[in-house]
Amino acid sequence: MAGRAKVEPFLWLLFSAGGVVAALVIPVLLLLFGLSFPLGWLSPPSHAHMLTVLGHPLSRVTIFVSCTLLLFHWAHRFRFTLYDALQIKHLNELIVLLSYGAVLVGTIAAGVLVWQLP
Amino acid sequence: MGRQVSEPPTYTPFHPRWYRPRISAWWWLKRRSSLAFILREVSSIFVGWFVVFFLLLVAAVGGGEVAYQEFMRWAAIPGIVLLNLISLFFVVFHAVTWFNLAPQAMAVHMRGKRVPGKLIAASNYGAWVVTSLLVAWIILAGSR
Amino acid sequence: MDDYITMQVARYRPEDEDEPTFEEYEVPCHKEWVVLDGLNYIKDQLDGTLSFRWSCRMGICGSCGMTVNGEPKLTCAAFLTDYAPGPVRLEPMENFPVVRDLVVEMTDFMEKLTTIKPWIVRDEERPLAEGEYRQTPEELSKYKQYSMCINCMLCYAACPVYGLDPEFLGPAAIALAQRYNLDSRDQGSAERLDLLSLHEGIWACTFVGECTKVCPKDVDPAGAIQRYKLDAALTSLKDFLLPWGAR
Repeated sequence: MAGRAKVEPFLWLLFSAGGVVAALVIPVLLLLFGLSFPLGWLSPPSHAHMLTVLGHPLSRVTIFVSCTLLLFHWAHRFRFTLYDALQIKHLNELIVLLSYGAVLVGTIAAGVLVWQLP
Repeated sequence: MGRQVSEPPTYTPFHPRWYRPRISAWWWLKRRSSLAFILREVSSIFVGWFVVFFLLLVAAVGGGEVAYQEFMRWAAIPGIVLLNLISLFFVVFHAVTWFNLAPQAMAVHMRGKRVPGKLIAASNYGAWVVTSLLVAWIILAGSR
Repeated sequence: MDDYITMQVARYRPEDEDEPTFEEYEVPCHKEWVVLDGLNYIKDQLDGTLSFRWSCRMGICGSCGMTVNGEPKLTCAAFLTDYAPGPVRLEPMENFPVVRDLVVEMTDFMEKLTTIKPWIVRDEERPLAEGEYRQTPEELSKYKQYSMCINCMLCYAACPVYGLDPEFLGPAAIALAQRYNLDSRDQGSAERLDLLSLHEGIWACTFVGECTKVCPKDVDPAGAIQRYKLDAALTSLKDFLLPWGAR
């Protein structure tokens, strides 16, 4: 039997937090930036306005934290989907490396981008 | 189970050959509930896509007016719109299953009695509506 | 003159065959009969070699769990008329090795139940002279639901995680652990946490929720596991942030 799962509880907490964030904000943002603006249902906001909204320190922190949580949500659920749906638990180390590696890359990217906002 | 002959006898040391079928790789297609479960889990991929999409938006906003317009043009490509449409369905599916399961995952006691599940689910949905309206208002306030 | 219903029953005779086969039996479809009555009719009148487990025939012993038309069910709680005009397909419970016909090997389940210490654990036993442990109705209500488990194993049959990974502790065992953790008389939460926080404990569960759907006693093992995940995670967080605090 495997040993005590030391990290798993924290990964699960991050997954849960990410799940709440995903459920609350992604639908409206996809509705706006994914469909309404590109398809012309609504007028998109001006660049200046977006800069003001995203550049605010509160926005920067929120975006960074939210993206990190969303990435953790994806990684955790994706990892278990690979175990359950594809039954490739024997590739565990590779799966962990790739998924949490992607989280690390994404988190760094998010951090750099919100830092670089003028 | 790997027990040795010399160990004290237990319930099933010498037994006829058991039948142990292997779980098929397509086990999740056999029942509607299993399919719904796998689709719910697959929604996480679209959550990941959203992060990529949103970070591209942030990068475009940071890159200036031209970059921003370029992003808006790219987001209007039919393939990207389709991807985002599919993502929207999956993320809404995630949200609905998440909020419906919330009462089962939490036992909230107030004044000695357990808060009814429907109330917990309803407050989650309420938070969803409020958050969505707030985000939409913040963004749409700057429409041209 | 009663209608008859066809029961397609899985047969497995390890001395004769490598894999299960199906045999069909015509069984009277009485209004008040359950699938178990059909099985007993088959054994009494048609084919005495059929093997299956049953006992109380009223949904409290947990012996008669089988797969009926693809769903885990207690055969004493599934009315034949609900499946009319049939046929009714009867197989042993999924995710367990099949010993013979409809009988499955359940030693793994029995062992797992005992590993989570399903008894009141005290730091110090209370001497008899001090009298009984007293518990308010409110304290009882906190764990009562999880004490209703009849060990029928339908939740294990329904759980895809258990099917894919037989090392998983499983819904009933974890719900039983919660039954004791939430009992005001018990002081063994920390001991149980050591077992439940293994990779094959609560963290293998992905909240599919099928276990709760098939439970004939409304134990809601899925809910028990999710609540326990939160408790365990917050305990781990507390231990991490405040390692010097008393456990």
